[in-house]
Amino acid sequence: MECVFGLVGNGFAIVAADTSAVHSILVHKSNEDKIMILDSHKLIAASGESGDRVQFTEYIQKNVALYQFRNGIPLTTAAAANFTRGELATALRKNPYFVNILLAGYDKETGPSLYYIDYIATLHKVDKGAFGYGSYFSLAMMDRHYHSGMTVEEAIDLVDKCIMEIRSRLVVAPPNFVIKIVDKDGAREYAWRESVKDAEVASA
Amino acid sequence: MKLDTSGLESAEPVWATFNELADGFSAAPSFELPNTTDFDGFQKEAIQMVKPAKGTTTLAFIFKEGVMVAADSRASMGGYISSQSVKKIIEINPYMLGTMAGGAADCQFWHRNLGIKCRLHELANKRRISVTGASKLLANILYSYRGMGLSVGTMIAGWDETGPGLYYVDSEGGRLKGMRFSVGSGSPYAYGVLDSGYRYDMSVEEAAELARRAIYHATFRDGASGGVASVYHVGPNGWKKLSGDDVGELHYKYYPVMPSTVEQEMVEVAGA
Repeated sequence: MECVFGLVGNGFAIVAADTSAVHSILVHKSNEDKIMILDSHKLIAASGESGDRVQFTEYIQKNVALYQFRNGIPLTTAAAANFTRGELATALRKNPYFVNILLAGYDKETGPSLYYIDYIATLHKVDKGAFGYGSYFSLAMMDRHYHSGMTVEEAIDLVDKCIMEIRSRLVVAPPNFVIKIVDKDGAREYAWRESVKDAEVASA
Repeated sequence: MKLDTSGLESAEPVWATFNELADGFSAAPSFELPNTTDFDGFQKEAIQMVKPAKGTTTLAFIFKEGVMVAADSRASMGGYISSQSVKKIIEINPYMLGTMAGGAADCQFWHRNLGIKCRLHELANKRRISVTGASKLLANILYSYRGMGLSVGTMIAGWDETGPGLYYVDSEGGRLKGMRFSVGSGSPYAYGVLDSGYRYDMSVEEAAELARRAIYHATFRDGASGGVASVYHVGPNGWKKLSGDDVGELHYKYYPVMPSTVEQEMVEVAGA
């Protein structure tokens, strides 16, 4: 089942997410990218009901872009996290979005940061965070092996450790993961960790 | 138990003087209500009871020559088979097909609605809508009605300027792009056949055969699927129906009974 986790290193933040689209016992897709690149220096990894996940993250992405167009400066990661939390909080007592979010970003002034936002609109600034069934394993792995000021190599090594632990201990483990990174050079995809290949959409 | 709507009526009928006309209107109109304490629950149960096409097998996949779409044709209401000749592949326009799983009315209505929106897009922009765009139109509509009882599990398959396209869209608001999907109660069986036999570089004939087989095997194991296995192909020049075979007939082709050696034979008992 769903596994989303992330951590902050020295000058960068990393988030990883499983890539399975599941309906009851069926895996409809095993290469669904659940980490959206919010803007040039922000990543938003989301887990939750598929409809809500896509609609809500797109809504946040478009509003963050609108802010940038109107004011000529991008939102800071903290501002984007507070905006996201606010939107979840207003929706909570009407028609709540069932999405849990890890928001990673890099700002010139504050450096890399990671925010934990869940569907009941909790907002936390964290060094490491996780959602879903995989969180039981990845949180323990990160508690044990995380230290402040990790290098990219150390962080990727830890992410891989978490993925391996989830794959070997979780009954409903997803086969594939995507890892994305954000640092001073921007937000980008780092790697895929695939144990089952889904046929790529080939252009005819 | 009757619902009294007299409060909605004006005190005096306007045409009180025309007696023969006014006769029918003099009494406050009312209608029968089901005799139950939980009206909302009763209504919900009633809707659930008449919701057809719950059990279904539909599939679609992209391959070298386009998209193959196939479905069974059975509609069931609980244990009762209400139809063996349902069109579960809906023709949105000459280049796009939709499949039907879940509520038959919901699927039919919203696919027709999507067809209208696609045509309007075509008239406004002088070009056909992309499969991506069409599927998102539908997904956004379904998302706006989420939690209100719609039941739709559909695949939008078609050919646009970018080539073949395939999306899975459901009434929970989910929308997935992919190379192959199967929807409905028979989908696990169909996936079993489809995944093992799928290759990207199949010919149209091979792909049609795979799709037909997958539907047949699903109808064999899933009681709620059956009837005929229809197969459609969408290529650069639009969709074409390739076949519609009774799965009962296909059974003899795909599941031949092997003559087995007789282990024990009854013999006349001598002197009995």
